[in-house]
Amino acid sequence: MTRKPDPMHLLLHQFPELTITGLAVGSVYALIALGYTMVYGVLQLINFAHSEVFMFGTFAVAWVAMAIHGPNSRSENLEQAAGILLLGLVAAMVLSGIVALLLERVAYRPLIKKKAPKIIALISAIGAAFALEEVMGLRDRIASAFGLGQRLSNYVQGARNPYTMPVTVRPHPLFSIGNYKITDVDILMIVAALLMMFLLETFVKRTRFGKGIRAVAQDPEAAALMGVNSTRVVQLTFLIGGLMAGVGATLYMIRIGSTTAAGGDLLGIKAFTAAVMGGIGNLRGALIGGLVLGVVENWGIAVLGDSWKDVTSFVLLVLILLVRPSGILGEALGKARA
Amino acid sequence: MTRTTKTVRLAAVAGIVALGLSACGTTGGSGSSGSSGSGSYTIAFLGAATGPEGALGQNMIGGIKTALAAYNKTNPKAKVSLKVYDSQGSASQATPLASSIVSNSSVIGLVGPGFSGESKAVNPRFAAAGLPEISPSATEIDLTHSGWKTFHRVVGSDQFQGAADAKYLTNNAKSKKVFVIDDSEAYGTGLAQVVQKSLPSSAVVGTDHVQVGQTDFSATVTKIKASGADSVFYGGYYAESGLLIKQLRNAGWNGVFVSGDGSEDPHFVTVAGAQAANGAVLTSAAGPATASFSKQYAAANGGQPAGLYSMQAYDATNIFLAGIKAGDTTRANLENFVNSYSGTGVIGPIKFDSNGDVTATTIYAYHVQNGKLDTEHPTPIK
Repeated sequence: MTRKPDPMHLLLHQFPELTITGLAVGSVYALIALGYTMVYGVLQLINFAHSEVFMFGTFAVAWVAMAIHGPNSRSENLEQAAGILLLGLVAAMVLSGIVALLLERVAYRPLIKKKAPKIIALISAIGAAFALEEVMGLRDRIASAFGLGQRLSNYVQGARNPYTMPVTVRPHPLFSIGNYKITDVDILMIVAALLMMFLLETFVKRTRFGKGIRAVAQDPEAAALMGVNSTRVVQLTFLIGGLMAGVGATLYMIRIGSTTAAGGDLLGIKAFTAAVMGGIGNLRGALIGGLVLGVVENWGIAVLGDSWKDVTSFVLLVLILLVRPSGILGEALGKARA
Repeated sequence: MTRTTKTVRLAAVAGIVALGLSACGTTGGSGSSGSSGSGSYTIAFLGAATGPEGALGQNMIGGIKTALAAYNKTNPKAKVSLKVYDSQGSASQATPLASSIVSNSSVIGLVGPGFSGESKAVNPRFAAAGLPEISPSATEIDLTHSGWKTFHRVVGSDQFQGAADAKYLTNNAKSKKVFVIDDSEAYGTGLAQVVQKSLPSSAVVGTDHVQVGQTDFSATVTKIKASGADSVFYGGYYAESGLLIKQLRNAGWNGVFVSGDGSEDPHFVTVAGAQAANGAVLTSAAGPATASFSKQYAAANGGQPAGLYSMQAYDATNIFLAGIKAGDTTRANLENFVNSYSGTGVIGPIKFDSNGDVTATTIYAYHVQNGKLDTEHPTPIK
């Protein structure tokens, strides 16, 4: 303990590394946060099952790698693994999208139809989160019940243990900033998050579907009177959240490589925090919130130690909300520069 | 394909038969002298027989059955049977089971509890009832320092393991700069603290605490690299340690990675990826099964192979059986017998100190080589 290096010294000297790896992790937070923020913007509802949408995406990536590559562990660089990862990306987006749509159909639409209070939908979301997590955690038994336990053993065995993508992605250093060599994986994660954010914003701002989303977010009744099919819009919102979570899941698996049935919980909380920090309901806010959270966590660990990481980020959250109660950018989806 | 499978199957059957025969041959002759107690008694097992950790419990139950099979072959006057109380490894399920064990008057000894958590929950109950316990697997240090007189264990506590880990780092790995990390939970923190205390203070260049469930360790990786550490000790489980070593190797760190029995699992390699896991050293208080024990175990358990903690459970049972043979067939007498027991089991010499810990034990270093955790050839740490 006495020889512990001075924490401020560590932060200053390793500043580029802590910041860039923080941004990389923050990119995943940001992509998940987009799902929270979209649904909140349209329905003023916190979809607490969104973490599980992400978790299903991580499994989709790992399953694709298992199907193509087989169970033997192998280390590849980003280019070698590109084919598997692209297929994994498609699978993750599809599966996360389907799970998100299913959530909307089963856990929300019946409640919204009956004009149930928001708190009921919140409880329903939490219930759905448990259900989804358990489905993944019990997938071995589900497969056995259908007589597929043996054939699918590579995919379902030890359902509650960590499930690891057999292809390990080895980052390749590209160039240096200060004393840190930035890797291709770092760049990929940050650029992908920015790109998805840009695409999504263009979609919401420029397309007819986007106009519908903004209309429902501003005033659901007026939108309905103007002929906007609000059920379609809500579906679309969930779907977009799912697709973004699928991208986030692929990036996560590239960097971390291992997932569990309970793996969405912690990241879900982080992403939700990021959404609130940036201004829930605001797309750019979700991105900024995610990146800020990732970076501040890393700085916090450097200065105070890993066990203080959550304290650092939540103190920051409280401070931001004290100064700006609606988050850093704090405006709703409907008002997003229509 | 079909032909080879058939041949393999035939060979396996032949092998099992041969094992069974040879086991009969070796155990049949051992003496039936000196059994003075008569009547029938029960040894209870409390631990995870099913559930996520059920495999470990089954290893232990197999060990108990192996010992009982050998005992019953001697046609003793005192009949001993096993009753399994399945806690699924959870403290809350173990608590009511403890009451039914205590109130079952035929139970005079307990092999278990399996895990440290459940031991903490039920030991006060057993201590109050004066029921002797020998755990094959609960390693948390505090268990033998909480005044529960009836608790013993044949497995080396984390105290032994941590000291051995520190020894391995200094003597075998020749580490000069060790970075010590734990997962902020009871087991990991306890083990990491012992390692840190057992190392010369100049050798510890940094410490950090991560969390169970955490998957990104980038800041910790940065710290480790910045500290100039030539080795890392991690106290915790494979889900985190596997990811930590992967991220360390990805960041270009080339030092020695050592972790304890929480990481000593083939899944460590899966999580880390074969390349990153290579060279890692994972220690455990449990050694590999000897050839003769494996034979005997397979014969008593329908050909199932022995596993982690099978030998500890076997030895624990044999201590009770020796007591029963010597006529100590009440809980109080058996407790005294266990306290003063001194003998040699398959895990080595066994003798308990006044706390209920074994006085000496060997800790083994298992190596990850060629993308596999080699469970057959660990190095005993001396």
